[in-house]
Amino acid sequence: MTTHPEDKARIARQFIEAIPFSRALQMRLEEIGNGVAVISMPWSDALVGDPRGGVIHGGAVSALMDTCGGAAVMSHPEALAGTATIDLRIDYMRAAAPGERITARAECYHLTRSVAFVRATAWDADEDRPVATATGAFTVARAGAGGTA
Amino acid sequence: MTRRPPEPVAVIKQRRDRTLAALVGAVPYIGFLGVSFDRRGDELTAVLNYDDKLIGNPLLPALHGGAIASFLEVTAIMELSFNMLWDDVEEGRIDPDRLTPETLPRLPKTIDFTVDYLRSGLPRDAYARARVNRQGRRYASVHVEAWQDQRQRLFAQATGHFLMPSRDG
Repeated sequence: MTTHPEDKARIARQFIEAIPFSRALQMRLEEIGNGVAVISMPWSDALVGDPRGGVIHGGAVSALMDTCGGAAVMSHPEALAGTATIDLRIDYMRAAAPGERITARAECYHLTRSVAFVRATAWDADEDRPVATATGAFTVARAGAGGTA
Repeated sequence: MTRRPPEPVAVIKQRRDRTLAALVGAVPYIGFLGVSFDRRGDELTAVLNYDDKLIGNPLLPALHGGAIASFLEVTAIMELSFNMLWDDVEEGRIDPDRLTPETLPRLPKTIDFTVDYLRSGLPRDAYARARVNRQGRRYASVHVEAWQDQRQRLFAQATGHFLMPSRDG
């Protein structure tokens, strides 16, 4: 059984928009489909990690990367809707500018029967200089494999 | 030669608790996550106090991987920061009552952070402790372990590298 790509994107969107922690961080799904997801998150004073600079805490950026990576996996044509993070590494290139929205783009670039490999990048308004990059491995439930999501 | 009488225990505790409170109070994201810290001497145990907003998979339900990553990173940075202030506070060079977000030393900056998700996080409190495996003047390497019901049954662990603030200002 295969799911139509548009249905898959719709299911993934509903699932992601229902995640409590992503809602608490006010994440917004910008784009999804074919193993690629783009999700953004507004700056908020509740997310600040640096008492003097107003810079968002790395942990909030990790949460954005993790959500975006999971969404990319769920939108892959050969994966079912469910996934969980196995590991995630984030490299912090620079502090995100205070007050600016952060946008992450994740791509599921390889899928085996059990594992999805993902890379992701995050930017603030300056699209030439990434704020952070990430690589991760996620669990996979294959479409048509008869498993549960 | 007469020995100085030992400091009253309440004075020692107050000094250390105020230092910790000043650090925790300076970081809004710690409050957003609902993380608090238990202290025994210089040993810190971070507590992620359960809240429904921390859920990532409502069907299971399980804690969000991003909430777990945030919890571990907060724990690592607090361990490094508390260690960094310890000597100055204990030897009287820094008065914890005068520590405000404006006067605190700069906090360590994360260079990279890798989280292993070993089991799904259950919808209840979680605990974490960080160990500084290497601390130089500029770089530090920290490992963090997190558990819920059983200390020996970790549900997540992480390793991170941090850039330490320069000591000259």
